[in-house]
Amino acid sequence: MTFLAQSVTSIEAGPAIGLLTILVSAALTENILLTRFLGLCPFLAISRNLKSAFGMGLAVIVVTTCTVWLNSLLYQHVLKPAEAYGVPAESLKLILFIVVIAAFVQLLEMVIERISLKLYFALGIFLPLITVNCAILGAALFMVNKGFTGLDALMYGFGCGLGWFVAIVLMAGIRWKLRKARVPAALEGPGIALIVAGIMAMAFVIFTGMIKT
Amino acid sequence: MTSVLIATVLVMAVSTVFAALLLMAERLLVRYGQCRIDVNDHSKTLEVEGGGNLLMTLKEEGIFLPSACGGRGTCAYCKVKIASGGGPVGPTEESLLTAAEIADDVRIACQCKVRNDLAIVIPEALLSAREYRGKVERIRDLTDDIKELRIALLDPQTIEFVPGQYIQLEAPAYGDNPEPVFRAYSISSPPDDHGHVELIIRLVPGGICTTWVFEHLKEGDEVRLTGPYGEFHPSETQREMVWIAGGSGMAPFWSIVRHMKQHNIARKTTYFFGSVRKADVFFLDELSALAKELPWFEFVPALSGDDGDWSGERGLITDVVARRVSDGADVEAYLCGSPGMIDAAIKILHDKGIGDDRIFYDKFA
Repeated sequence: MTFLAQSVTSIEAGPAIGLLTILVSAALTENILLTRFLGLCPFLAISRNLKSAFGMGLAVIVVTTCTVWLNSLLYQHVLKPAEAYGVPAESLKLILFIVVIAAFVQLLEMVIERISLKLYFALGIFLPLITVNCAILGAALFMVNKGFTGLDALMYGFGCGLGWFVAIVLMAGIRWKLRKARVPAALEGPGIALIVAGIMAMAFVIFTGMIKT
Repeated sequence: MTSVLIATVLVMAVSTVFAALLLMAERLLVRYGQCRIDVNDHSKTLEVEGGGNLLMTLKEEGIFLPSACGGRGTCAYCKVKIASGGGPVGPTEESLLTAAEIADDVRIACQCKVRNDLAIVIPEALLSAREYRGKVERIRDLTDDIKELRIALLDPQTIEFVPGQYIQLEAPAYGDNPEPVFRAYSISSPPDDHGHVELIIRLVPGGICTTWVFEHLKEGDEVRLTGPYGEFHPSETQREMVWIAGGSGMAPFWSIVRHMKQHNIARKTTYFFGSVRKADVFFLDELSALAKELPWFEFVPALSGDDGDWSGERGLITDVVARRVSDGADVEAYLCGSPGMIDAAIKILHDKGIGDDRIFYDKFA
């Protein structure tokens, strides 16, 4: 890990390394779920079983990657140019990003249901839940704050989704183990899950500072 | 000023583009066209519009599968065998089906979309379930939160059922309730009264159907119902029976006991009926009179609250059963009431040596 950190921080010249930095920082050090606590409701609700957590995580990766990229295109090529005419891009982006996410998720659900029922049952049924997953909107807004465009934005979206996926799958594994643990009655369910999430968050925060973006 | 205009047009343009995309996708992708459903190996073939769920699609074609939850995928009553064309079993079905049922192609109809041609197998008894139109002839208060509904059937005018079976009453859209819902109620009238159906309905605070019955339904109103459904009725054996009920769980037994009297079915029966207050007990005089008249029938009402003036049994109905039933070796038990009461009663019955094969119940959650 030290080696990775050194290679990431020391060489920042090549575009490939730049993309890798974005990916690692989005997925690990700035894990959208564990360091910003976004997308917490589905994280707690769907992490009871590993199979659903896996499906939900994959769905989030797909949706975050695509919508962050779409939103970056919208921001760069529609909102930014419109700023010249006095349009408040910063305020409008919130509304438009939500429209893009909601529409994209519905579209994706229809397409998946038509293409493969197996994939639909594994992934598609989580899509309606994703429309209201704040991690997706969060990723798009952070993308603007960080000034990512084009390929960088795509990679950032993928990294955010990947980070969410890693967190929920880890959590599902831990909760599976927890079923055999003797948890104090008052902490059963969401209580112990939040404590576990907090400890996991500390483990992820350790990576902070390893990468400067 | 222009900036406001441009911003508005911008938001509208982006929204319109996505709305158009969605509409196009719906046109191209969600259309399933005409699908053919083959029922019971070519005994009936239905031509239906694809895209809806199987439960509702069959309902439109006049086949009424039972469903207590109204298609929300919780009660698992609408099980149906899809011999071909069913596709993979969805995650919403998995938890409601046993491994043996999945292997046998049994599916939850309300969770299956009609996407292509299907071949399904339905028990013949369910094909006799029909939709009825009726008129509310009488509504009377049995207690402060239980009403009896007497419905005269208009179309069809008569119904055949086995005492203990239930129907589903349709609560139409009203007030904050945007669409019709179906709820299951046991028939409390005896089957010889072919032209009528009586129901005993307890007010569930916040319940869609019961609120409608208590606050909106009037005598003379038209109602729709489907049925009859259910396997809850006395077995063919001559074993002694123990009935346990609370509240509106009275309904099936009120039908069964009168049917047994009319047809001279003298099978030893003890009916335990539990209430909290004395004001919650209904049909007390009628059932006590029946118990006096019929040598094989005993009625044991019990109060769990501490009302002063009461000569009958006291305590939770399950405790009363524990006290009064001594040997369960040759006894069958029939239960109707809240899920909590049923679970508690099953425990007591197991202790008395009554196995699951001799315990029968309808759990309306």
